[in-house]
Formats: sequence, structure tokens, C-alpha cells
Amino acid sequence: MSKPLLSIEGLTVDLPASADRPHALEGMDLVIGQREVVCLVGESGSGKSVTAQAVLGLLPPGRLTVSGGAIHYGGRDLLKLSPLELRRLRGARISMIFQEPMAALNPVVTVGHQIAEAIRAHEPMGKAALHDRIEKLLAMVGLPDPPLLRKAYPHNLSGGQRQRVMIAMALSLSPDLLIADEPTTALDVTTQMQILQLLKQIQQQREMGILFITHDFGVVTEIADRVAVLRQGHKVEEGTTREVLTAPQHPYTKALIAAVPRLTTTQRAGIPADAPTVLGTKGLVKTYGLSGNFLRRSRQVRAVDGVSISIRRGETLGIVGESGSGKSTLARLIVRLYKPDAGAIDFQGVDLATLGRADLRPYRRRVQMVFQDPFGSLNPRWTVGDIIASGPVIQGVSKQKALSRAAELLELVGLERTALPRFPHEFSGGQRQRIGIARALAVEPELLVADEPVSALDVSVQAQVLKLLDDIRHRLSLAMLLITHDLRVAAQVCDRIAVMHRGKVVEYGSTVDLFTRPQHAYTQQLIGSIPGRDWLEAEAGPPAARPAVSGSKPTART
Amino acid sequence: MTGVLARVAFVSRRLVKAIVVIFAIIVLNFFLVRMTPGDPALVIAGEAGAADQKFMDDLRHEFGLDQPLWKQLAVYLGHVAQGDLGFSYRQRLPVTQLIADRLPQTLLLTGTAMAIALALGIAFGTMAAMYAGRMADTMITVLALLVFATPSFWLGLMAILLFSVKLDWLPLFGMATVDSGLHGLALAADIGRHLILPAVTLGLFFVAIYARLTRAAMLEVRELDFVRTARAKGLGERRVVVRHILRNALLPVVSYAGLQAGYLVGGAVLIETVFAWPGIGRLAYEAVVGRDYTVLLGVLIITSIMVIAFNALTDIVYVLVDPRIGSTG
Repeated sequence: MSKPLLSIEGLTVDLPASADRPHALEGMDLVIGQREVVCLVGESGSGKSVTAQAVLGLLPPGRLTVSGGAIHYGGRDLLKLSPLELRRLRGARISMIFQEPMAALNPVVTVGHQIAEAIRAHEPMGKAALHDRIEKLLAMVGLPDPPLLRKAYPHNLSGGQRQRVMIAMALSLSPDLLIADEPTTALDVTTQMQILQLLKQIQQQREMGILFITHDFGVVTEIADRVAVLRQGHKVEEGTTREVLTAPQHPYTKALIAAVPRLTTTQRAGIPADAPTVLGTKGLVKTYGLSGNFLRRSRQVRAVDGVSISIRRGETLGIVGESGSGKSTLARLIVRLYKPDAGAIDFQGVDLATLGRADLRPYRRRVQMVFQDPFGSLNPRWTVGDIIASGPVIQGVSKQKALSRAAELLELVGLERTALPRFPHEFSGGQRQRIGIARALAVEPELLVADEPVSALDVSVQAQVLKLLDDIRHRLSLAMLLITHDLRVAAQVCDRIAVMHRGKVVEYGSTVDLFTRPQHAYTQQLIGSIPGRDWLEAEAGPPAARPAVSGSKPTART
Repeated sequence: MTGVLARVAFVSRRLVKAIVVIFAIIVLNFFLVRMTPGDPALVIAGEAGAADQKFMDDLRHEFGLDQPLWKQLAVYLGHVAQGDLGFSYRQRLPVTQLIADRLPQTLLLTGTAMAIALALGIAFGTMAAMYAGRMADTMITVLALLVFATPSFWLGLMAILLFSVKLDWLPLFGMATVDSGLHGLALAADIGRHLILPAVTLGLFFVAIYARLTRAAMLEVRELDFVRTARAKGLGERRVVVRHILRNALLPVVSYAGLQAGYLVGGAVLIETVFAWPGIGRLAYEAVVGRDYTVLLGVLIITSIMVIAFNALTDIVYVLVDPRIGSTG
């Protein structure tokens, strides 16, 4: 380890009295050397963001208070600095970037002004020199046309561009230490890879230290020199990236690493060649019109542009794409939350695309949806029992019967019957997603459309929910459409995958073929951007030694 | 080129909408006003003490009141289309001139009240938000509630009693000292002294609203990520509050103020009456009492045009303060 840049010693941060545990962090020790990238890994609530905020004195006042320990930087204890002294360090010597580039920039101030503000807070500077400096910074982070971009507002930029702006801002005064709190979590995989490479490159050029916070071991392998694993406010393991990945000591670390979705597609029982097609789309089109006003023209966006796919009984079809690819719109068209502008949805001989509201009703039951956000998709004022039973009750089943069926379903999704009279807020994210699945299953659908069912969950929970979905599909011989941005997730449970890009399906085939012989350049780019790919492949051994991938699949495929 | 066309199309769409709205207001109000019992002839006769049927019929003929209602409406609409709001037979003056005489006074009063309301409201709201949950916040909140719950006219009367009658600091009523012969700055100062009480009284009610609105918006904005970003940059607290929190918290205040601005034009009747302020609200009130149909309708048309104009203005201001509106992002 190089000479220490920042050392955290015995840091303890108290949670408010109402919390479920007394400390957000307890006796945390962590050293970041000069020119070193240290990853702090943990799931939600582990205290990793609290650590980052404590360093800069940004803990929300009144809610989280430091009750012990020290944070040494440059021969001083940051916890003992006056607000003014701390402010002089912030942004200048130690700077920070955050998870949501969407929310982390002030929406009503130009990008240039926001960077200028950071510089001026520490270094008075003339306008011309300031503009010049900002444009150089914007160019450094790889943004096109800096003079124009300087005057842009955050909403004019994409997520990746905003995160580049955040990085430019954080680096504007050449800090020694950059704290990056999940900086790529909200980004698409290809963008994530670009940002990670950019950070790494700048870190080496500038010889900075980085404290990088993430929940994703794939990301860790891409960037970290050393890793510390946090669990419920305690550091459970620390070591070089290699040590921790190859020989994890603590069971929690082992579990976290095991939960990272592997690229190898698991061996799956083949689907009988004569399995009937449950649903097929032909040339599906959905166009959104953005209406104009006196400042802008109206324009049209083809969210879904001529998509033809089919799903058979007992099969899981993955729709993979980045944000804006039209995958969620496709899901909503298939369940007929939206009406397609053109094309057909063939559901066992009936064209759902043209049916009106009333005519659709009998089909609603047969196609059900599991939503992304387990917090927003369950009515907070209904009991779990009511939520699950409401579907069958609408279909005419007696309340009592529906409730007893709901209890069975809860057991099917791995929850206790006692959950029935409780309310959604009493459950964790993963448990709520199970409730959402039970709700969808209650009306005995033939097709389950799961729109990013695990992307809001911690990795270890993700793996469980995915396994549950796969299990249920198998046991009930459902057809399942899985919408995801994460190829690793698709690799685990999908029989076939359709890759979407700008409203079109660019590649469509079996999961095995797609991963071993990607045809389309975009698919290749997506696979190449999977964080931790080298590590995952090395771990799995050379491709030839991967029987699960090479050819144990049934050949009779459409 | 298409961009310009789109703008022209947008503006003309709004214009057509506005004309339809004004037309509907005229027709609706025309019939509403006529549904009130009595007419100008009756009122004039009543004021004269006695009148025979012949005199009344003559008056009605002169005013055109003996014509069928639909015909009166058609004639009126024709005149309005030409910019003529008719003639007040009671005041013996064209309605346009009556309104033109009164409108600036009302705008002065309500504009000042609005400025006071916004300035004080935003200042108090900001203070309350910064000391949320503490003594200063509680005091501001209680005070705001008190002013909000007190009827404006009562507040006005009490203010007159205290500042004009008891302390004799400010003039009792009116807009300027009668026959003072003042000119230029001296006249402006005199009007200013007359303006203080009515403007403050009218503004206070809205101070409460803006203070509460600003406070709530600031408490919401200060939890947002970009505020944390601003702190992480090493900005001073003052700059964080003004530039990042307040700047964003003002967006809902602006849209609310836009709605209020329209209302203020017609809504100052009580204050104008209490302070004998020669504005459009008083004009409307007098017109109702005198069954002066043409004046009343004229006032209604002008105020609705003002409301529409203020709404358009708000839209433009909103685009200026929030760059996200109206862009293709």
C-alpha cells in the first residue's frame, strides 16, 4: 500500500433513535493510499454512502451524527475542522460525484455556471480564463463541442454526458481524492464502461486517490486496487481486489460474489419442439408525438419500430436493451396498456392489437405484468391479502376463496401465510417483489410480462427473485417475457433473447448463440461492456470448457 | 422556418382561444346582469324621488332598453368588436374613458401590493425554511396564519384607525390630497403616502400565501441531490441557499403568482372601497348599485382581458425561469 492519503479510524455514525439499529457505521477503519482506487462494496443500508458523506461532512444534520472516530487527511482530523475549513477542502482537495447524474445537477443553471461556481468558490478567476478552463475540462472528460456545451442546461444532456459534467466539475481544481458514490449505477452498460474507463484514465494521469462506492463486484474488477466489504455498518472484509475475488474469507463476501450473475447461461430443460406459441407480435409500431409549443416544434419518436417476436409455452424470452431502446414500451403494448399504431399481437388466434377496451377484458387476466418498482407498484393502503385477491375478486371469485388462494400463492413465492393481513411497507424490496409476483399469478395468467423485475433490488436479492421467477415459469409452464437492461440477468433465465436498439430488434436468437456468437455490432458492444467480464470469463475457464454454453440445448428452435 | 411557423401557429391558437373566452364572458355576463331586478331607469327614477311612466319609458327608449334582449346583445357585441364599450348614461361618459381613468390606479395599487406580497412572502418563507422547526419558523408560521385568517377589509379598517386616526402618520383615504396643487415629485410622494395603507393591507393577505408556498418548496428542494452537490463543491451556505435552493423553490411561487396577478385586477373591490381608492373595483361596485349595465360589462371585459394577458405573461416568465419548459430535451 502506498503512503496513506486518507485514513478513517474507528468511525462510528449514529442513526436516529427510531431506526432498526443504533449505528449506521460502527468502528469503521479504512485507508486510501495516494494514487489508489479503493472500492467500498455493500448492499443498500450497509453504510457505504454514509462513509462517503462523513468524510466531507455532508451527513444530513440532525439525522445522522458522528459519535466517534477520526478521519485523517493531510495531517488533520476532518471531523474536528470548522465548517469554513471543511468548506475549503470540499471540491478543492476532496471532491465527490454522485449516483444520479439526473438529480445531481441543478436543473435551472447552465452546466458551465455550475462548474464555474465550483472553481470560483476556491479560486477567484477572470471570466475569460474561467471559460477557457471550463472548456478544457469539458474536453478532457470527452464531451463534444465544449463552447456550446458550456451553455447547455442539464436536461439537454444524456445521462452519460451529465455524469461526465459531474466528473469535470469534481476535477476542476485537481483534487487529491475523489469520492465516487455509485457513479455508474444509473447508467446504461455501455455508458458505464465508458465512464469507468474515463475515471481510470484520469486517475492515472492525475495520480489521484479514489474512494469508489458500488454494490457491483463486476464494477469492482474493472476499477479497484483494493476492496472493503461493508455489511450493516461493519467492515467484514478488506484486501486487494485479487485476494477478495479469488479467496473471499467472510461468508457475506462469498455470498455477494456468488450472487453476481454469471455470463454462462445455465443449463435449462429444453422446451418441447411442439410447445404452442402463446403470443406473437408482427410488425408492432408505437410512435410518440411530442407536442410543440411556441418555443419548439412538434416531432415524432418511433419508440417501437416494427417488432416481431414470439413466445412459446414454458419459454422465457428476454428483451434486452438500454434506456430509450423501446423495451418497456414493447412490454406495455403486449399487455395492451398502450395501443399499437400498427402491427398485430396474435394471442392464440385473436389479434389483441385492434381490440377495444371492453373486448380486451377477457384477455387481461391471461396476460399479467410484474413491475420494476416494488415500492410504487403496490397500493400502500391495501393489505397484502387484498392486493393479491383483488384480481380474482374482479373476475368474480368469492372473496373468501380468493384470500385462501392468496395464502397459497404467498407460500409459492416464498413468503409466510401470515403476511396476508399486513401492509406493503412492512416488507423489504425483495419481499415486495415476491408479493407483486403473487399478485400477477393470482389470476392464473398464461403469459407473465416482467418489466425489469430485479433492477431495483440488491444483488443477493436479485438472484433469489430471478430464481423464483424461473421456478414458477417451470412449475406452472408459463410463458414469460423478461424485460431487462442487464445482459447478465437475461443470460441466467432466458431461453431466447431479443436485443433492442432504438425501437428495433437488432438481434434475436437463442441465449447460447447470442453470447457465444453475437452477430450484430450492437450486441457485441453490449456484451463487451458487461462489467467484470474478464473476471467472470477467467473464473468460468476458457469457453471450450463451458459445457453449459456449448451445445447442450435442444436444436429444434424457431 | 418551420420553427417560426410553429410559433406563429401557437400564438394564433392562443389568440383565438382568448377571443372565444372573451366572447363567452360577454354573453354570459350580459344575461347575468340583466337577470338582476331593476334597471337604470328605475334607479334614476328612484333617485329623482318620483317619476311618471312616460319619463321612465323615455329613459328606457333613450338607453335602448325597449328593444328585445337579443337585439341589445347583438348591438353591444358589434360595438365591442369595434373597440367601443358603450356609453354610461348615468355618468354621461364613454365607458372606455371611465375605465381608462380608473385602470391605472388599480394597476398601481395591485402592482404594489403584489410586489410587497412577493418580496415579504419570499423573504419570510426563506427564513422560515432555514430555521424550520425552530422559534423563528414557528413565529412566521403563526403570523402568516393570523394574517391569512383575518379579513382584509377588517385589517384595512384597523390600519386606518391606528395609522391615520390615532397616530396621524398617513392619510385616511383617497389617492391624493384634494386640491393640493402638487406637481412632479411632490405629487408622486403624496400618492405614495396614500398608497401605503391600501397596498400593504391588500398585500399582507398574499404575503401569508407566498411565505407558506416558499417555505414548503424550499424544504422540498433542499433534500434534492444537486443541493448536496453544491455543498460538496465547497460553496458557502448563503450561495447554496440562494442560488440552488431558493432559485428552484421559486418555480411554484411564480406559477401561483401568475394566477394571483389576474385575480388581483378584479379582486381589489373591498380594499378600494375601504380606502376610497378610485380604482376599477370601485367603478364596478358603483355600476352594480346604479344598474349601469354598460359600465359593468365593460369592467368585466377589461378584467378578463387582463387575466388572460397575465396568464400569457406567466407562461413567458416561466419559460425564462425554468429552462426545461419549452425545450426539446
